[in-house]
Order: sequence, then C-alpha cells, then structure tokens
Amino acid sequence: MKNIMRGALALSWLATVNPAWAQNGIDEQINSAIKPAADAVAGFIFSSFPVGGVPIPFVLVWLIVAASIFTFYFKFINFRAFKHGFHLVRGDYNDPNAAGEVTHFQALATALSGTVGLGNIAGVAVAVSLGGPGATFWMILAGLLGMSSKFTECTLGVKYRNEYTDGTVSGGPMYYLAKGLAERGPGFAKLGKVLAVLFAIFCIGGSFGGGNMFQANQSFSQLVNVTGGEASWMADKGWLFGLVVAACVGLVIIGGIKGIARVTSRIVPFMAVVYVTAGMVIILANITAVPAAFGAIIGGAFSPEGVAGGVIGVLFQGFKRAAFSNEAGIGSAAIAHSAVQTNRPVTEGIVALYEPFVDTVVVCTITALVIIITGTWDPSVDPAAGVQLTSDAFESAIGWFPWVLTIAVVLFAFSTMISWSYYGLKCWTFLFGESRAADFTYKILFLFFVIVGSSMQLGSVIDFSDAMIFAMAFPNVLGLYFLLPVVKRELNEYWADYKAGRLQRTR
Amino acid sequence: MSLVFLVGVDGSDCGSRALEYAAERTSLKGAKLLVAHVIEWSQFRFSTVEENAERHKRREEELQRAHEEIVDPIVQSMRERGIDAEGIVRHGHVARTLHTLAQEFNATNVVLGRIGGSGIKAHLFGTVASTLVQIADVPVTVVP
Repeated sequence: MKNIMRGALALSWLATVNPAWAQNGIDEQINSAIKPAADAVAGFIFSSFPVGGVPIPFVLVWLIVAASIFTFYFKFINFRAFKHGFHLVRGDYNDPNAAGEVTHFQALATALSGTVGLGNIAGVAVAVSLGGPGATFWMILAGLLGMSSKFTECTLGVKYRNEYTDGTVSGGPMYYLAKGLAERGPGFAKLGKVLAVLFAIFCIGGSFGGGNMFQANQSFSQLVNVTGGEASWMADKGWLFGLVVAACVGLVIIGGIKGIARVTSRIVPFMAVVYVTAGMVIILANITAVPAAFGAIIGGAFSPEGVAGGVIGVLFQGFKRAAFSNEAGIGSAAIAHSAVQTNRPVTEGIVALYEPFVDTVVVCTITALVIIITGTWDPSVDPAAGVQLTSDAFESAIGWFPWVLTIAVVLFAFSTMISWSYYGLKCWTFLFGESRAADFTYKILFLFFVIVGSSMQLGSVIDFSDAMIFAMAFPNVLGLYFLLPVVKRELNEYWADYKAGRLQRTR
Repeated sequence: MSLVFLVGVDGSDCGSRALEYAAERTSLKGAKLLVAHVIEWSQFRFSTVEENAERHKRREEELQRAHEEIVDPIVQSMRERGIDAEGIVRHGHVARTLHTLAQEFNATNVVLGRIGGSGIKAHLFGTVASTLVQIADVPVTVVP
C-alpha cells in the first residue's frame, strides 16, 4: 500500500512538473523537447554504408549475417528440430516429479506474449507501406533465419542463469555474456563483462523505447483512430492517455497488484487468437485474391516498383520489421525463457524456435496478407501509416473490427510493457545492484516514458525505439559468436541422446 | 499382497469424511494408508515473466504449506491411532495425479470425497471423483 502511495505521488509530481501540461499543445512541446535527442541516438545506431546506392544500416547486416551463420553452424536447426520442439512444448518429455515448475509451454507462451504485439500489427504495416508487398517475403525469410538466433540465445540464457538461494531464477544475456565468456579465459572475462554492461545499458534503453514508448504511442494512435481520427476529442490528449496507462502499469510494477498482470497474461493469448482468426476469415473470404497477393509478395521482393532503393530498399524494410517484431538476436527473449525447468538447456533453445515462427512467419504474414488483399497498402488508396493502416485494412472487410483491434492493441501494448519493464529492471539491478531505491528509480523512469511515448509523433518514436532495441544486438551477437561452441556441445550431446532414444518420454 | 488405501484430502469437510472412512477400513484390515493432497496445476497455464522467475520458490512454498497445514497433521494423528500412514503432496490435474499415485504406490483402493459435484461446471467438465472413477484401474470409493 505504501508503495502505491509513493507511486501515485511520483506520478502526480510528473504531471505537475511542467505547468504548461495543463494547456493545449502539451504533446507538441514534449515532442519538440525529445525529438532532437531521439533523432541523434537513432542516427548513430543506424549508421549506414551504401550498397548499390542505398544506405544500409550496419546493424541490420549484423543481425541477418548472424542469423544465417547460426543457421548453417547448427545445420539448419530451425528446420530439423522443429518437430521435436512441438513435442517438447506439448510436454511429452516433462519430468513428472517437476510438476508445478515452469514448463516449456509456459516459458514459450510468456516469451511470446512479450513479443507478439504491436510489431506484428503496426510494424508490418510500416514495412508494407514503405517497402511494398515484397517486404513480406524478406520478413518471412528473416523470421525463419531468426529462429536459429533465438535457439542460440535461449539455450545460453538457461545454461548460464543465476539460481538464487531464495529459489528465484534470473537469466539473460547479461549473465551469459559475463559468465559464459569468463569460462574461456581471463582476457575473455574482461570482454564479457564489458559486453554484459553494454547489453544492460541498451536493454534499459530498449525497455524505455520499443518496449514502452512505441507501445504507448501506437495504442494511443489506434484509440484516436477509432474515436474519430483528427476530430476526436482525444487527438491532442496523448499525455492524458499516457497518464492513465502509466497509472495502470504503475499499479502492477510498483503497487505489486499482480492480479492485473495475471489477468492480462490470460487475455492476451485469447486476443491473439481472435486477431489471427479474423485475419484468416478475411483471407479465406478473399481466397481468390490470395494467389495474386503471393504473386505481389514474391514479385515485389525481387523487382519492386516505386520503392526507394529497389530490391535492397524492400529487403531492408522487411528485415528491419521482422527483427523488431520477433527480437531474434536482440537478447530480450533469453531473459523471458530462462526460468524454465529443465536440466538440458538446449531443450529451451529448441522450444524457442517457435517464437519467431509464430510471431513472424504466422502472425506477421497474416497481417501483411490482409493489408495486401484489401489493397489498403497502396498509399494512393490509404495514406495512413502504422497501426492505423492495419486497422483500415481490417475495417474494409469487417466494419466493427477496429474496436476489437483497439482492445487487442491496448492489451498487447500493456503486456509488452509489463514484460519489458521486467527485462529493463533486471538489467538495471545488474548494473546498480539490488536495492529498493534502485528498483523504485527505474520504475518511475519507466512510467515517465509511457507518458512521453504517448505524446510524441510516430516518426521519432519509431526511430528512437528501433535504435535502442537494435543497439542490444551489438553486444549480444558478438558474445554469441564466442559462445557458439558451448551451444554446439550441448546440442550434439542432446541430439545424440534424442536420436538414440535415451530421452525419457513421459506421454 | 498388502493392502494400500490411497485417500485424497483437500482440507474440506468432505475430504475429512473420506479420510475417516479410509482410516476405519485401514485399521480394520491392517493396511497401509497413503494421505495424498494434489495442488491443482496445469502445464498449459499462462503466466507473466515475473511469475515464472519466482515459480520454483512458490512451488516449494506451496508444497511446504500443504504439508504443514493439511497432510502432516493428518499423518501424525493417524500414526497416533496406530495406522501405518504416509503423506504425499503433488502438483497436477487432481484426478489424473491421484490415478498416477495409485499406480506408483500400488494402491489397492482409492478413497476420496465427492467434492464440488454440482452446477454447470461439473456437468461440462465432470468432477474429480467422476473423472477418477472413469480412469482408475483399482476400485474407487466416493464418500459423500
């Protein structure tokens, strides 16, 4: 209760810190204050070099090269372990004596609820509106390759997790970078420490950006959209929406009202099913248009028309949105997966293959198909961007769907924020140690960024969010390269046991 | 072959009646009594990241609490009555877990209370007792 009071006090302080907030144009003020900094950070992270005359950000090359190397190094683990992964998720190999612990299914579902969200709804729309239908092709390819990145990082997340004496578990790149590299020698120990600290810093940034501001921004945008667009009384009240969302998030993360988070974690999978079903209904109703849509996707992937940068430009959009949506190589998922009960870390890596698959190959493709089939992706048909575009696409087929989508978007955003606040907090305490003051400071900052995110315009929020999330990939992937032999050893031992039938099947 | 009675207890009055019934039969026949409590749990439940991180700790706490508050006092009072009693706490689907325990400990009879046996939920999903009756491979005694 005391915590709630402190949270409420801090929030009301945030609301009054700038008296101009009580007047019109607050959103604009916040936007113009933050924009230069956001743009500068984004510019640095997305430093690019020209390929065929198109500037390609180095970080994207970094991610896709890594995903390809992991795919080859583990001999297409993303395909060959796919079926076994399904059996693991279904619980066929669960140890009956461990009933009551975190199962593979739970770890996967939890990780998915942190990644399935606005990236799948808004991000895809951004990719298709900027890169044309062809971006979908590259998005799917990036999703398939990303499965190998997830496999690598989630295996390590479990292997090098910390198990505390009080029975709690904590894992993620900051631990495997520090502990894993230290095993390789004193020189590596230093490097590992540096990478772990860098990762933690960027992850805190990501928890404020993509895991927070982007979510708040896009759910607000959708709310304005369904309540009448520009004419909506809410249109210039982003800060108010931010305050309400911040209060709800605050109740969970500061007030410790676990019930809200628990309810959300039950509703979000349900909303995801509703979203996918609605998408499938639209696709099936227009089944005759599907071959043409796939034609446009494949044609647009290799010979796009009217897209800045041609093939490279389309590829860039697809890869970027896929990476942002499924977070493969970013390292965040390794935190979410690490609490699973298993004595074979590689099993969680195999289960994690399903994360980019469900997120990108299934859900993102459905969104893209709906946008392409309904024709809304064409800027001359619909000039909207981001989540509004997806909303318009669904609306053109199911008139009342934007309302459902709004609820879904707000819930997705909320659950993603809760997940990311946890990732960020773990990194924060990794840097500053466990203390109530450190804990509280982080949480207040997190809430502050909810309000900022709701008030800013899409462009700068997207750029900043992208920048912070993608920055995490630098230390994470670099460390993964050094730890590849560890994963390979685990995988080979496990796979031999699996092939020889030495694993105990319990159902 | 020695007789083993497996009794499911949940701290309710109905569970106590089942226990009393089983205790009487056990002492009459000089059998062994297994006192089992199952904590309802599913491997397909959705949870938050934080819940997962604390799950192991919570599980230990749940097991400890179930032992201290439900199972251990029963086992002690049974032993005071001269009955060879043993306590078990498990997580899982209640009926299926009781079934597994019956197989694991070669129980010759399962006794449990007819708990929560009414309403729409019972019609749709059945009760613990009715499910167990369907799946068990030893006689099941349901105490009202």
